[in-house]
Amino acid sequence: MSSISSMHSTMKATTDNRLLLPLPDDDGAPFWEYAARGELRVQACAAPDCGEPRFPPRPCCPRCQSFASEWRAMSGKGRVWSYVIPHPPLLPAYAEQAPYNAIVVELADAPRIRLVGNLVAGPGAPLNSVPADRLRIGARVQVVFSDVGGIAVPHWTLDR
Amino acid sequence: MAAAITATGLKDATAIVGIGQTAFAKQLPESEKTLACQAIISALHDAGIAPSEVDAFSSYTMEETDEVEIAKAIGAGDVTFFSKVGYGGGGSCATLAHLAAAVATGQATVGVAWRSRKRGSGPRPWKNTAVQLPTPAQWTRPFGLLRPADEIGMLARRYMHEYGATRDHLFNVALACRNRANQNPAAMMYERPLTREMYMTARWISEPLCLFDNCLETDGALACVIVSAERARDCRQKPVYLHSVAQGLPSQHHGMVNYWNDDPLSGPAWTAARHLWKQADFGPQDVDVAQIYDAFTPLIPLSLEGYGFCDRGEGAAFTEGGALEIGGRLPLNTGGGGLSEAYVHGFNLITEGVKQLRGTSTAQIPDAATCLVTAGEGVPTSAVLLRS
Repeated sequence: MSSISSMHSTMKATTDNRLLLPLPDDDGAPFWEYAARGELRVQACAAPDCGEPRFPPRPCCPRCQSFASEWRAMSGKGRVWSYVIPHPPLLPAYAEQAPYNAIVVELADAPRIRLVGNLVAGPGAPLNSVPADRLRIGARVQVVFSDVGGIAVPHWTLDR
Repeated sequence: MAAAITATGLKDATAIVGIGQTAFAKQLPESEKTLACQAIISALHDAGIAPSEVDAFSSYTMEETDEVEIAKAIGAGDVTFFSKVGYGGGGSCATLAHLAAAVATGQATVGVAWRSRKRGSGPRPWKNTAVQLPTPAQWTRPFGLLRPADEIGMLARRYMHEYGATRDHLFNVALACRNRANQNPAAMMYERPLTREMYMTARWISEPLCLFDNCLETDGALACVIVSAERARDCRQKPVYLHSVAQGLPSQHHGMVNYWNDDPLSGPAWTAARHLWKQADFGPQDVDVAQIYDAFTPLIPLSLEGYGFCDRGEGAAFTEGGALEIGGRLPLNTGGGGLSEAYVHGFNLITEGVKQLRGTSTAQIPDAATCLVTAGEGVPTSAVLLRS
């Protein structure tokens, strides 16, 4: 996991067309390394009698204070918990795609773990590739990974 | 004296005796530093206290003019207490709380709290992608959740879904603030009435939030002066006592992107409120007028629930039937608030609370004797109960 955490201080902050790239900190770096392998994993306490998942990642378990952690594989299934449709004024790369969606997904495997993302038509599709009227709270979604400026970023598609 | 403080805490131990403000506009020619000095000197003049007597300062971490610059410009004396509070508008009332604690415990005698900001003509903070906290930089901004309006819009959508709140409820909030601004010549929206049709056809900022669900962008500054209750009795103005003060950072809270705990819709207001009421001699039913932080309209129903004016999920319904208007159950943001007077990180809500208890508001509630003022909900927050 050291490859990302050691390089993040010099990483690019945006793609060539100025979309923001994730800037991992030490705690978050493994998430992005697993994403690069097409895996959605969430940090969880590795203490034998705890095992509590937590997000965003942090140094120790807020339940039992153990510093032992693991990255637990998720099925990649979830439901839309909420969403917004941003309109300008926005950063230029986002204004070009507006109105688009930003969603919060509640994971099926860990209901209190929620991830911010975008609902897209498929991997690599634009942030506005699903019509706004298709969005609804409770919709079942499946994770996909899009290449954004060379970084694998979790996006979501409607699960039919 | 120490025993007395232990027995009663900060309750009514200090008072606001001076308030000052500059003009509010989309663009003012003066620098933030000049505006800060103007507001502070105006507040000291209002109090009848010489700048050389000031020995304490408190402001926001986002305030760009520091104590050194202020103190030497206004001619303060030896300063023995200074503090800054984080989390943007969540720190507004905490500046008063810190000064109250300092004065009540003898660390200082004359405290000045202030906020000066050129948010109207200056840059929008979210546009600066070079300054990013770890959470937004990794987990939210790359997905185009860029602005506070997007972050709070996400909670607003969920709130509307869970409790049946509608855009009409959010309009009730926007309208109450605008109606008060229409009575206040200092307000940016003084001559600009709002109608339901204007609201319902306004451009979106981040659905479900439209233009009128968002606060103004303002250049301006405000300040207030705090002294002990004993000294306040000899000041030029009628004292407005700090009856109860509280800060609130709930367990497992994540700031404005509060999506990662059991109950994202119960925010810092709930934590601050528990502490606020625990120390007070009165309850929500006894509040004559409220100044509730309104960077976005949904913060009002969320705060009404958090501060105990209604039950969970009833904040939107509470706004019905003119409840937030003059003569309603809880007159709200009587100077126009951040939505329609000026957005200066909530400091104008503090000064308006003082005006109400002095009896000098442009939308005066008859015989107002108690006022709740809150700081930004959705971030680590603070609140004060004022009494005359």
